[in-house]
Amino acid sequence: MAGSGLLGTPAAAGPRRSAAVTRRRPVRDRIRQGAWGWLFVTPMVLVLGLFMALPILMALWVSLLHWDGQSNPFTGHADFVGLGNYRDLISSDGLSRTLFATSLRNTAYYVLLTVPAQTVLALGLAIVVNQRMMRGRGVARTVFYFPSVTSSIAVSTVFLFLFQGSGSVNRMLSWIGVKGPNWFADPRGVVWLVLGDLGFTDPDHPGGPLARHGVLGLSWADWFSGPSVAMCTLILLSVWTTSGTFMLIFLAALQGIPRSLEEAAALDGVNRRQLLRHVTLPALRPVVFLVLTLGLIATWQVFDQVYVMGKGAPGNTTLTPAYLSYSSGFDNADYGHGAAIAFVLLAIILPLAGLQRWVLRERGGRGRRLRRGGRGPLRAPREEVGARG
Amino acid sequence: MPISRSLGGAAAACAAAVLLTVTGCSSGGGFDSSAPKQSSSGSPQSLSVMIATSGDAETAAVKQATAAWARQTGNKVTVQLASDINQQLGQAFAGNKPPDVFYVNSDQFANYAKGGSLYAYGDQIPNASAFSGPLRDSFSYGGKLVCLPKDSSTLGLAINTDLWKQAGLTAADYPTTWQQLAKVAAKLTKGGVTGLVTTPDYQRLGALMKEAGGWITDPGQTAMTADSAADRQALDFVKSMMSAGSLKYASDVDAGWGGEALGKKKAAMTIEGNWLAGAMKADFPSVGYTVVPLPAGPAGKGTLVFSNCWGVAARSGHQKAAVDLVRHLTSAGQQLAFADAFGVMPSRTDALATYARKYPAAKAWVDGIAYAQRPVTIAGFNQVLTQFNTDLQSLRTSSSAQILEGLQRNGGQVLKNGR
Repeated sequence: MAGSGLLGTPAAAGPRRSAAVTRRRPVRDRIRQGAWGWLFVTPMVLVLGLFMALPILMALWVSLLHWDGQSNPFTGHADFVGLGNYRDLISSDGLSRTLFATSLRNTAYYVLLTVPAQTVLALGLAIVVNQRMMRGRGVARTVFYFPSVTSSIAVSTVFLFLFQGSGSVNRMLSWIGVKGPNWFADPRGVVWLVLGDLGFTDPDHPGGPLARHGVLGLSWADWFSGPSVAMCTLILLSVWTTSGTFMLIFLAALQGIPRSLEEAAALDGVNRRQLLRHVTLPALRPVVFLVLTLGLIATWQVFDQVYVMGKGAPGNTTLTPAYLSYSSGFDNADYGHGAAIAFVLLAIILPLAGLQRWVLRERGGRGRRLRRGGRGPLRAPREEVGARG
Repeated sequence: MPISRSLGGAAAACAAAVLLTVTGCSSGGGFDSSAPKQSSSGSPQSLSVMIATSGDAETAAVKQATAAWARQTGNKVTVQLASDINQQLGQAFAGNKPPDVFYVNSDQFANYAKGGSLYAYGDQIPNASAFSGPLRDSFSYGGKLVCLPKDSSTLGLAINTDLWKQAGLTAADYPTTWQQLAKVAAKLTKGGVTGLVTTPDYQRLGALMKEAGGWITDPGQTAMTADSAADRQALDFVKSMMSAGSLKYASDVDAGWGGEALGKKKAAMTIEGNWLAGAMKADFPSVGYTVVPLPAGPAGKGTLVFSNCWGVAARSGHQKAAVDLVRHLTSAGQQLAFADAFGVMPSRTDALATYARKYPAAKAWVDGIAYAQRPVTIAGFNQVLTQFNTDLQSLRTSSSAQILEGLQRNGGQVLKNGR
């Protein structure tokens, strides 16, 4: 029986087995056994407490302060502002709120486009390189995995050159008669860009009446602008770099699908699409959950590409909460504000991961027992998430 | 119940772990708030200096200068190069282990001074009045001169001489007013060349606001004056040149900054400071250019002055030696040595006169000091100015009034909360 989490493995296995096997033993024995279990896991609990729980609690405390980073935040002199930092982000009108709303909008589009694209691409690549008939599988796997092992800073820098106004990408586009935009300098949202090209809206003042009203300090025209051209380049970059990693995860899962399943399906006379739809994908469900969750968390926290490629420019359209948190701290000397952004981000990611888990749960007339059993396979990915984080 | 018991156990263990680590932390002294220990001034001391270097030339010059001082005094100096000095200093202050001497960016100066991280040594400098006025104001906090300006930079109008001649213009046509600027820029704009290329930030366009008689704040930096008619006039002038096609932002012509556009002959003119000289020598040695003062606006001449200062940490244990080191580094002779090595202008008026004689090509930049506007140094103002720069990127399609109203509102909030 698998444990319920990273740190709980030995402890959880201990009492559970004792409960099952030695139901009649006296309570004293069980307590002693539990105590031994806790003794064994104490070092791990200590390490995790020191390096995970404690920093999180300290950051939570800092998020309640007005802290300029130049004094001890854990003394009575700290300037306690309660939920002031959170109020600046969410309720009180001002630059902080507008910037935060802008970063949320940018990241929402980024997540919305990146996560499905990288998952589908990774699955496709994995299916391709999993074919037994394919020649040069090893080479293909290496090539597809290559972007993932390259430093994201290096990749970002190369992309900067490729996507210059007179860079290679635009030169290639010009061969087919397309005049490419000045990718990283273009703050226009693609929604308004397309609508403007079709003549539905004034390209210089998009959105019409939507521009006059808004929420969280950002007009509706800004909310619905879609990702900017610069952001689309970032999305392209992250799909390209991450799909290799996820391909590897899918590949491992594909190789774990019993051959007999496919053979049984073949005997039933299914074609390839049916095989994918009814055999492969259901078998991959836990792994799909894993990939989506990892993707969701990583994309909401995107920082390095933004830091390299423009620090939010052009027009704040590549600003992300993670970068905003960094710049509030180190550029604006307002670390409490930066910490508050990090916790709001956490409050966004957790429910989304929960929602995803709920959507991807096992379902369909298999009864209560199976539904409970269905939690088993889902548990494995969660452990891996924990291990990665 | 086994489950509830194990949960209780887990909670207890976690609580114990946290308690243990908290006590460990407090005794370990991660955040030691005791006063700095002053080393006795007699024994040799070991100082650390953190700089954000512009290149190998600057690194070598600073290392050489500090080594010379170390030899003289018998102390030891280690020069540390910061790749992101704001972040590294921020971490050092929070961790209570700041370097003894370090560069302080003017945009971070107020944050550090307000947080009490800088040791105000201005009163220990006997000839502080030798440093140029606007720079001394920039690095004063609460009426006290906190740190000495390392060097100075002002903005001028750099002109590509070949393109200038090709357009049939002579030295008599160098623009001295906005009208003339617009006229020659239009004349220079043809083919792949744009008359005037600059970066969309207040560190360039702000000079025009000054020339129109406006600025972001009042002289004492106590109130916002961003939404004044003068500022609007300046941005409207930039807009009018943009719509005429004779002014473009560097990113629109595929350049990182004005100097690159000038070197690549995509710009006939650009607004840049004296760092341009070093960059042109290194990257575009064959491109001829000349620097003239920025053309005067409705309210006369205007330019901006920038500098870093030599900060000494309030928590340094070697303040006396550190101040002595700074005195050495900012001496007239040393400033001129720095000027020779990596092309910065001295921040002392006496050294500046020598510099002007030695480098006549930099005359426009040197003369600018006399009428230059100092940078905004208000704690917590970075975000406001970054947002202003972001808004300036879209100046072509938005209205000047709207951008300046935004700046006025955002800055006003910071001023209100800061007091």
